[in-house]
Amino acid sequence: MAFKNYILVCAGTACESSKGIALYEALEKELKAQGVDAEAQLVKTGCFGFCEQGPIVKILPDESFYVKVSPEDASKIVSEHIIKGRQVKELLYDQDQSSGTSADSIDFYQKQQRIVLRNCGVINPEYIDEYIAREGYAALEKVIFDMTSDEVIKELTDAGLRGRGGAGFPTGVKWGFTKNAQSDQKFIVCNADEGDPGAYMDRSTCEGDPHSVLEAMTIAGHTVGADQGFIYIRAEYPLAIERLENAIAQAREYGLLGDNILGSDFSFDIELRLGAGAFVCGEETALLASIEGKRGMPIPRPPFPAVKGLWGKPTVINNVETWANIPMIILKGSAWYSSIGTETSKGTKVFALTGKINNSGLIEVPMGTTLREIIYDIGGGIRSGKKFKAAQTGGPSGGVITEEYLDTPIDYESLQSIGSMMGSGGMIVMDEDDCIVDVTKFYLEFTVDESCGKCAPCRIGGRTNYNILDKISRGQGKVEDLDTLKDLAQAMRKASLCGLGQTAPNPIMSTINFFEDEYMEHINEGKCRAGKCKDLMSYTIIEDKCIGCTACARVCPVNCISGEVKAPHVIDQDQCIKCGQCFTKCKFDAILKG
Amino acid sequence: MLISEREQLRANIERRVIDFGNNRSALIPVIQEVQQKYGHVSEYVMQVLADVLHIHPVEVYGVASFYSFIGHKPKGRFIIRLCRTLPCEMKGKERVARQLENDLGIHFGETTDDGNFTLEWANCLGMCDQGPALLVNERIYTQVTPQSVHDILEECREVFGVHTTLQEKEMSCELPTSAK
Repeated sequence: MAFKNYILVCAGTACESSKGIALYEALEKELKAQGVDAEAQLVKTGCFGFCEQGPIVKILPDESFYVKVSPEDASKIVSEHIIKGRQVKELLYDQDQSSGTSADSIDFYQKQQRIVLRNCGVINPEYIDEYIAREGYAALEKVIFDMTSDEVIKELTDAGLRGRGGAGFPTGVKWGFTKNAQSDQKFIVCNADEGDPGAYMDRSTCEGDPHSVLEAMTIAGHTVGADQGFIYIRAEYPLAIERLENAIAQAREYGLLGDNILGSDFSFDIELRLGAGAFVCGEETALLASIEGKRGMPIPRPPFPAVKGLWGKPTVINNVETWANIPMIILKGSAWYSSIGTETSKGTKVFALTGKINNSGLIEVPMGTTLREIIYDIGGGIRSGKKFKAAQTGGPSGGVITEEYLDTPIDYESLQSIGSMMGSGGMIVMDEDDCIVDVTKFYLEFTVDESCGKCAPCRIGGRTNYNILDKISRGQGKVEDLDTLKDLAQAMRKASLCGLGQTAPNPIMSTINFFEDEYMEHINEGKCRAGKCKDLMSYTIIEDKCIGCTACARVCPVNCISGEVKAPHVIDQDQCIKCGQCFTKCKFDAILKG
Repeated sequence: MLISEREQLRANIERRVIDFGNNRSALIPVIQEVQQKYGHVSEYVMQVLADVLHIHPVEVYGVASFYSFIGHKPKGRFIIRLCRTLPCEMKGKERVARQLENDLGIHFGETTDDGNFTLEWANCLGMCDQGPALLVNERIYTQVTPQSVHDILEECREVFGVHTTLQEKEMSCELPTSAK
């Protein structure tokens, strides 16, 4: 049965938690109540990426793009748009419609090119048929029946696809190692243990397009000669786990997983393994140890997993985003893929834009796009008109990019050359209100907490660095501390066993490099210009401005503000916990922060 | 715990280990199931797993103590994990943390006396643009404010009616699906 309209409702975790489900139910109810449930079909899709404006509803065929839709709007959408064919203007992103009403006309989408996220927000991830209708599993068919293993590997190598987990190792080369390794058994592993703070593209891909990962893993299985795959996914992602489980079951039912796939003599199956809250398991050797049922601790490489991996057998291990690229490369060819991107980095990269930016969300851009385009054209600039300070990329393994480097075309090499890292693609934008020492302390706290403790440089070096940063943030640092930080950082880089320890000092090196003056301010003047380091700041009431409204005294959680009504108040500095609630509450700018 | 209960638990573990392939690789999935069902992995469970998998109990303890989502001490029926990483910090996680501590009367890492709530930190829940985010058992809440903390806790408390017995409470630790 053909429907006149299709109503796509986002059902990613972000929109789901902002009343997406209630919205879906309300639309369902309204369609029935107004008697048009045979004319319009409701579809639950994956994430549109524009989470800042969620929940999002897109109506086909005219591609109207409604933002911030509440369940109360359901009745209007149905009566106006579905029945009368008129757009509900007040829900459109661009209300004066100067640039059009579809998603493509929105700045947020204009500079994007969606390969990995091609199906997110388009298909219902819970139905395999919708994936198949969008050329899903066609690449697998091509690989099984029309291509040799060497052709597949050559295609990937020519395409120039590099690992999207952060290190950027050429995928085709990796597969070649495993294919050529002699072994009675080989394995395929998907690394979905995404843990970088600020990155969530793997979660969105698993939630919005799980079959693309399954298809790519099966292609790898056929190419290298493996019959078993594992997806290792974080326990923190309940919805992604549910969608993957469902996708695996459907693929088995359709004969796309299991014995004799598509009637050929090739058999392959995939199992899900859940993480248990250990960031280090995102490191490939630690991840494999975890699948084997051991503590998730890394082991020295080489040998690399490609030749000696799971249970000592050759194992191809790739990140979710890398997998999601593969079916498209097989279908459209390496020439097409390698035409996108820069000299050394081909294709697109998904970034998660977060922090002090207007349009936070998930974006996919060709490699070589500049940070300025990402932050200002797509991201819509800095929130509340504040001044851009730095963008942090690569999570706890990366560094900061400052204003002067905003025009660097982003690829693996260029980011490394300015002391940051592609990492998994988290991009946290900071403004003048963020303290660089505080931010660095955050990352160190994270890596110290998540260090597995196996090797001393990471275990002890990380902790010592954290302690020094803590001292600096309390105004007790010395100038020599900066040298100690740098020395320790070098030692950790050289001597740590795995990527976690080797890259943990990157935030320190990068921030000292760009913001040494701020460190010096903390050390020499005991001053934090952003007002984030609590020990270096205080709140005081300006007597002339205070009218004695008592608003601050009422909001103070420790009752340290005293004063008569209509008379200036005073903050007891000894008791003040610097929560800043009085500062936010005061309507007369009578509270001074600094 | 009664002897019969222990025997039943042992039988369950043995069965699940076989379901997962009857080798060391079954260890973590089975531990996770026990954790989900009982809220912690007791020494008895560790001994049983060691027996079934023919490994030393220390190996099992090593695994159980390594992962932060697995605990060997009993935890609350609702484990609240608040993301403490940078993006959530920028969106005001600190005030949410204070509110949680005040409302529950415990600090992070502790469990309430009635055994209902445990408060923990989490490192990134992948909701970085929707912060502050927290995880209650397996449900994610985003854009949490000090005000909405109250509603979330109330939602959890609704599961425990006044007249429910302890055993019934244990069975109904799932959050209502209509929540939020």
